[in-house]
Amino acid sequence: MATGDLALGHEQGALSANKRISNDFSINVATVNGSGSQSANSVLLKSIFGMGVPVSGKNLFPSNIAGLPTWYTIRASKDGYVARKRAAEVLVALNPETARQDMLDMPAGGAAIYEENFNLQQYRDDVVCYPVPFDKITAAICPEAKLRKLVRNMVYVGVAAQLLRIDLSVVEAGLRKQFARKQKVFDLNYGAVKAGFEYAAEKLTKQDPFVIERMDQTAGKIIIDGNAACGMGAVFAGVTVVAWYPITPSTSVVEATTDLLKKFRVTPEGKATFAVIQAEDELAAIGMVLGAGWAGARSMTATSGPGISLMAEFAGLGYFAEIPGVIFDVQRTGPSTGLPTRTSQADLLSTAFLSHGDTKHIVLLPGSVKECFEMGHEAFDLAERIQTPVFVLSDLDLGMNNWMSEQFQYPEKPLDRGKVLTAEDLNRLGSFARYRDVDGDGIGWRTLPGTMHPKAAYFTRGTGHNDAAGYTEKPGEYVALMERLARKFENARALVPAPVTVKDKTSKIGFLAYGSTDFALIESLDEIKKHYGLDVDYMRIRAYPFAHEIHDFVASHERVYVVEQDRDAQLASLLKLDLPATEAVKLRSILHFDGLPIDAQTITEEFATKEGL
Amino acid sequence: MATATPTPKLNHIGLPIIEYRGGKSTLCAGCGHNAISERIIDAMFEMGVEPERVMKMSGIGCSSKSPAYFMNRSHAFNSVHGRMAAVSTGAILANHTMTTIGVSGDGDTASIGMGGFVHLLRRNLPMIYIIEDNGVYGLTKGQFSATADIGSKLKTGVVNDLPAIDTCALAIQLGATFVGRSFSGDKKQLLSMLKAAISHKGTVMLDVISPCVTFNDHEGSTKSYKFMQENDEPINEIGFVPSFEDISVDYDSGQVYDVEMHDGSSLRLRKLLEDYDPTNKADAVRTLMEAHSNNEVLTGVFYINTEQPTFIDLLNVVDEPLGQQPESVTRPPKSALDGLMANLQ
Repeated sequence: MATGDLALGHEQGALSANKRISNDFSINVATVNGSGSQSANSVLLKSIFGMGVPVSGKNLFPSNIAGLPTWYTIRASKDGYVARKRAAEVLVALNPETARQDMLDMPAGGAAIYEENFNLQQYRDDVVCYPVPFDKITAAICPEAKLRKLVRNMVYVGVAAQLLRIDLSVVEAGLRKQFARKQKVFDLNYGAVKAGFEYAAEKLTKQDPFVIERMDQTAGKIIIDGNAACGMGAVFAGVTVVAWYPITPSTSVVEATTDLLKKFRVTPEGKATFAVIQAEDELAAIGMVLGAGWAGARSMTATSGPGISLMAEFAGLGYFAEIPGVIFDVQRTGPSTGLPTRTSQADLLSTAFLSHGDTKHIVLLPGSVKECFEMGHEAFDLAERIQTPVFVLSDLDLGMNNWMSEQFQYPEKPLDRGKVLTAEDLNRLGSFARYRDVDGDGIGWRTLPGTMHPKAAYFTRGTGHNDAAGYTEKPGEYVALMERLARKFENARALVPAPVTVKDKTSKIGFLAYGSTDFALIESLDEIKKHYGLDVDYMRIRAYPFAHEIHDFVASHERVYVVEQDRDAQLASLLKLDLPATEAVKLRSILHFDGLPIDAQTITEEFATKEGL
Repeated sequence: MATATPTPKLNHIGLPIIEYRGGKSTLCAGCGHNAISERIIDAMFEMGVEPERVMKMSGIGCSSKSPAYFMNRSHAFNSVHGRMAAVSTGAILANHTMTTIGVSGDGDTASIGMGGFVHLLRRNLPMIYIIEDNGVYGLTKGQFSATADIGSKLKTGVVNDLPAIDTCALAIQLGATFVGRSFSGDKKQLLSMLKAAISHKGTVMLDVISPCVTFNDHEGSTKSYKFMQENDEPINEIGFVPSFEDISVDYDSGQVYDVEMHDGSSLRLRKLLEDYDPTNKADAVRTLMEAHSNNEVLTGVFYINTEQPTFIDLLNVVDEPLGQQPESVTRPPKSALDGLMANLQ
């Protein structure tokens, strides 16, 4: 965990309860992986949400099933900031292995709740200490020894709720939702919460300034993780074939998709109108996706960096033979196995050009859980309209963490199944040529296997082909094909999600970013304004190929900072390939790549240094 | 006035054989693969399969080009090296009502495609999977493949010292439900086997020895025409009567295995090898292993199981093609999303 002072803009060292810090702090819960702390963390998060206070939760976990340390940070922010903060003011230390270091890493003026045996008060005199006999409290309310490990975490929720002044009724409501229809489990857990709550009320005197006070900022909002949102998007796009190979952090995309398909895509007779297949590897997963897309089904896979690498050859086939398919890449930290449970944005370049030869792909870049849902369904329309694989590039931070969001809107437009000729069309036309650009948009018409017309069939191949899908090695025909593919890609600039202009025309300085970097960047821009009086512009990129608006944005600024979570400035590099040389020189990079989600302070400091402020 | 034009023979759905033909082969003259393409044309014609109801799949290699040389009226997908299994799986999930025939090679299947191949077998995916097996990589000029026998010699004198992968033994062990080996030069056996394959529901795995006239048809090769003519040992004689033909044949029940196929056709396997039981996996694998040690190349239908559920059965999907359902089925209604949103508040 990062060491540091309280983040910019926060009051420091406030030990007096009169000097309240309300709805503006982070909690760091340190536990052991596999101890069932997840449901306790989730209940605390949802309790703050239930108090109407904007909140976000981040799971910082090791690549391990049980036994290694894990941290969960919850940030409450009255201003609606949901990015990671470098330091958390409130510590809940339940892991003996890390307790000492967790305590040493705390900012001055923080508050620490911990198992009393840890004796953490010896390490810091500038932190408010709340030793709690968790084991004793747990033993008293949970006679069954083997359940104690799980229940113990709920005791901390009660202690924290009391100290942070969260209404017990709100915690109870959250818990009831969590354990809907499991009365016994609810009783046991609520008993633990109450025991903690009552212990804190009786034995602990509030000495720290951190409180949660009721607001009305979460009414009508939802809490969901990006992976579940992607899966939901796919289901509302009518996804029908899902082929996948398990890999962190993308697995829950498919789990969410499968759950929803089972719920919504089974006939009254009990027959499935979908197929989910766990493939033997990612090569097979993408092969199945393309086979299904070729034969007319909306198909998808979800993976992460190592899987993307394995999919490279097929990605080129999909591009060259023009076959639709959707690939969700939930990025984690590479290269190689890297930090498999940490976040990153370092797959951008390899995904944009995945495969050999002159290959390039449409890549959608969701920047919120809402966009995970929206792009999760738009990707299928684009894949079938443009007849090509479409990648949705999320990341571990967005995908596996809980985010507050506006509710998702039901898609307005009907599904766009693209250019497909039926037997009736062929009767009218007499024949067709699969790859002929009859409409001038670079996209030919296709037929599906099973179309009952003698002229319906064509030969799909990854070898050179003419517009009738026949084999060719003729230079002119190859060039014509490659130029048509380039034209099709060029046209896609206007079809993919347009960038979001967060702020424009107020400054000579602009910012560009994509994906989960947005959360920290919007907070940083406020800090920059507050501390340096600079009101800078910001455009959030939402897809590759880049829309023309992005060129205009760069052209209308003197300096453009590109903020991203990778070492090699991949977004800036991709932009430089696209921009005229006179514009490319305007780009400057702010990079963050330590595996933890980027935070506002990093951006602000880096910007100030680069600007000489 | 009578015309002198001869009427072409039509099959039982009223099509002449020309409607089953493909493009001109670009493989070497005499290549076994061309003979296999001819037998596929004959089998599909004789079985009266509608060409539009067929998907032709392949990977990469000489063998994988051959779908271009039969059945032009069928959709084809010539994919990437070693990935015919995956692409076929996806296509069949999208439309399981089609007859799917895949043509792969020994390199495409037994080396680069082994991972996908074994999992396809294990799923009993309903398709005909043909390996056009010549023991060498033709397009890269004749390196050994993993089905080359120990002791087999290349033209350059290089001797293969690694054991051959017996794709039939593997298929039987892993779950294919119709497994046979034939020889591109044995018209009668291959045609009967293909016709029976078309009637089968489940994975049909046929290893067809198909000599490479350019790189592996010399003295010292165990995949040459000459070697096969001398060492081919059929274990049974295949009699196939399609459901639409009403022919009854007398037979000596002790000598014949009679299998009723899913579509009502009947497959009659007359035993040439004493006591061979094509429904017993362990026997089948043992027989194949013993033949290897005797340097015999057994051919025939080694294993058949018409009871085993296919992957499509296990998925319990609707009868209609999954890929062609209307939006009213595939996109859940607004009320579904509203319900989900309410739960997440």
